[in-house]
Amino acid sequence: MKKSNIIMLLAAILPLGLFLFPLWRITLEAPQYPIPLAMNIHINDFSDVHPHDIKNINLMNHYVGMQYIPEAIPEFKIFPAGILIVSFLGLLIAWKGNYKWFLGWFILMIVMSIAGMYDFYLWEHDYGHNLDPKAIMKFTNKDGTVMGFQPPLYGSRDILNFRAHSYPQLGALFLGLGIAAGLLAYVVGKKKDKKTLVM
Amino acid sequence: MKNLLKINIAFIFVIAAFTSCNNAKSSNGKSGALASNVAEKVYVAPGEHDEFYAFLSGGYSGNLTVYGLPSGRMFKEIPVFSQFPTSGYGYSEETKPMLNTSHGFIPWGDSHHPDISQTNGEIDGRFIFINENNTPRIAKIDLRTFETTEIIEVPNSAGNHSSSFVTENTEYVVAGTRFSIPIPQRDMPIKDYKGNFQGALSFISVAPETGNMDIKFQILMPGFNYDLSHPGRGKSHGWFFFTTYNTEEASTLLEVNASQNDKDFIAAINWKKIEAYVNNGGGTMMPANYAHNVYDEETHTATSTMKKEVRVVNPSEVPGAVYFLPTPKSPHGCDVDPSGEYIVGNGKLSANLTVHSFTKMLDAIENKKFAGEAYGIPILNFEDVLAGSVEQPGLGPLHTEFDGKGNAYTTFFISSEVVKWKLGTWEVLDRQPTFYSVGHLTIPGGNSSKPQGKYMFAMNKITKDRYLPTGPELEHSAQLYDISGDKMELLLDFPTHGEPHYAAAMRADLIKERSQKIYNLEDNKHPYAAKTDADTKVVRKGNEVHIYMTTIRSHFSPDNIEGVKVGDKVYFHITNLEQDFDVPHGFAMIGQNSSELLVMPGQTKTSVWEPKQVGVWPFYCTDFCSALHQEMQGYVRVSAVDSDTPLKWSLGEDIE
Repeated sequence: MKKSNIIMLLAAILPLGLFLFPLWRITLEAPQYPIPLAMNIHINDFSDVHPHDIKNINLMNHYVGMQYIPEAIPEFKIFPAGILIVSFLGLLIAWKGNYKWFLGWFILMIVMSIAGMYDFYLWEHDYGHNLDPKAIMKFTNKDGTVMGFQPPLYGSRDILNFRAHSYPQLGALFLGLGIAAGLLAYVVGKKKDKKTLVM
Repeated sequence: MKNLLKINIAFIFVIAAFTSCNNAKSSNGKSGALASNVAEKVYVAPGEHDEFYAFLSGGYSGNLTVYGLPSGRMFKEIPVFSQFPTSGYGYSEETKPMLNTSHGFIPWGDSHHPDISQTNGEIDGRFIFINENNTPRIAKIDLRTFETTEIIEVPNSAGNHSSSFVTENTEYVVAGTRFSIPIPQRDMPIKDYKGNFQGALSFISVAPETGNMDIKFQILMPGFNYDLSHPGRGKSHGWFFFTTYNTEEASTLLEVNASQNDKDFIAAINWKKIEAYVNNGGGTMMPANYAHNVYDEETHTATSTMKKEVRVVNPSEVPGAVYFLPTPKSPHGCDVDPSGEYIVGNGKLSANLTVHSFTKMLDAIENKKFAGEAYGIPILNFEDVLAGSVEQPGLGPLHTEFDGKGNAYTTFFISSEVVKWKLGTWEVLDRQPTFYSVGHLTIPGGNSSKPQGKYMFAMNKITKDRYLPTGPELEHSAQLYDISGDKMELLLDFPTHGEPHYAAAMRADLIKERSQKIYNLEDNKHPYAAKTDADTKVVRKGNEVHIYMTTIRSHFSPDNIEGVKVGDKVYFHITNLEQDFDVPHGFAMIGQNSSELLVMPGQTKTSVWEPKQVGVWPFYCTDFCSALHQEMQGYVRVSAVDSDTPLKWSLGEDIE
């Protein structure tokens, strides 16, 4: 088997790490939470970082009228299927295909990741802005608009008494390495191909 | 007569002069540059944790208080033998059975000697046991939840004082009687005490996994007073030692009549021998009546069972199991050093401190060197068992603890000091005053084969001027000393709650890691729990109304209830749905003849209210639970007895 195909094989397998490790984590820090509240986002689930964290995040958020974090969202079905499909495609082209296919797989992965992030942003925006009109406490921005409580897509941000952090986890690293390996497979494959042509 | 009085007064002045002189010296020593050093030693920065837990008995408060060392800060009062309106302990339906006895419900107790469970002679921090002196009982507190989870009454006992000390693997927690009494109790003249009264020493087995207590056997001893006790350890594991006073067997004016004999006894009991005898069917089952109260963490409910018999053993049935060691003048504390070789009898009316040798005791027993016998129990010769004595160390020795480095520390009540002396050479190494009239002292891990040294604290009986005055009644004072050097150094003075007799202390790490944050709602098996808002309801059974109520920030569910009538017995079964650390909710109902409830996350507690007047009566949350705590309230409509107001309940909408 060619070196580029071996790399492609690896690229196809790595994203499966998303089934083992969380993709993202949102952490909420406040003085009265010496152990911060935190939620892991898996490809198919939300989970507590410490026991009962999601329940306690919901309890905090109900003061400002935020919705409860749902038990399940449609993405939990779509994302795993998507990952399984691209991994399968990756395996297929690692076995049969050449470097041009690898580039195609790489571009597909980038597009899908961006779409995924955009979807996550939309959910976050809705979660942070679609507030109960009977909210116990209502806050407005300086310009008079209703204050939202959307956690950052990536990075850290102050939301009232909380400092919210949003960062990728091990699962995202696996995905990223997979995508990078896809590109590497393409580069290695292309170089090898050129050499073959020259000779 | 007048002259005698004058001489006495003059004598007191001389003593006072000496005392104040000593005080002045010691306080001079601590001022200046050194003083800041001392402050640093007890300073625990904000947010930092203390190195040691100390559990101080509450004495007449009936409870157990939890302190940190070296800061001397109090963290908690654990209700044990007394009703505690703060949490509803002894008031809630679930915990009332904890205070049940053969005499019925008793709202109060006198707690004395806490002792922490051990494994292989080392403190393991799983449970802490404590005795109730007045109506003899032993309690077990679980150190995961810091809650009292079991109380067993001790029959045939009165003044449960030589208790509650555990053996080296927590095989037994031992409870001895202070008063001797007729066993079984009967109507007889008090003057016939001598020869007729008996003292029961109870060996309560502790189940290794659960810690469940059960009286395995009681030894019916002669009618002396059994003052304090300690287990043998290491080489003397399998033995237990009890100090006695009133070997005169007086029943009146004990102050004088029980202070006549030159020597009383330390009773040495080979409990392994008696255990083997009992395991082979020995002893007699005797009719009795005593309460065994167990708190179940899953149902959050205690049950009280009356036990109807107890196994008693007469020492004469088991030859070679019990011996008397003559010990000068009404010994109080009975303390065994970490190696198990030395047994210290703190003869409180004696000029010297007597130390017996376990090895010499075994030797004397083997060679049958007996000085006589009392009620069939062999008495050994004082000289044969004596390891040595500390000559004139102070006045009124009470208790001794050990640092594990070959030193012993003894409290002297009358001369108000702690004296450090050396085991083996019996020389006095140091002395420090206490303020004032010290009773017990504690070294972390003191009652084990591995004391944890570093600190020692003295618990005093007299406070007087140590703190800002608070009228005639004062809390007691304690002093913390650094014992890591050759000389003891006074570090801190701190007030204690109730009247601490003894304390148990240990390194914080073991307990700290296991300390529970919440009760899991999933594991709640309370029969009246409502685990979600959907489970809430109100059920009438005759004139009983059961309200299945939940709390979560920041509302009760339901919070509007109608259909209750005057004369009903209303049970509020409150489940706290919170699952976050330190978010209790409280419950209080106007005019209720009971205490509030404080319900921990995941817990269910029940409060009874018997409304006497028609009207609409409010209830509210007593714990500042959240930003909307003040909104956490509700109403119960009470109608006349003959009204037909239907039973209704709601939350967030008007009752139609």
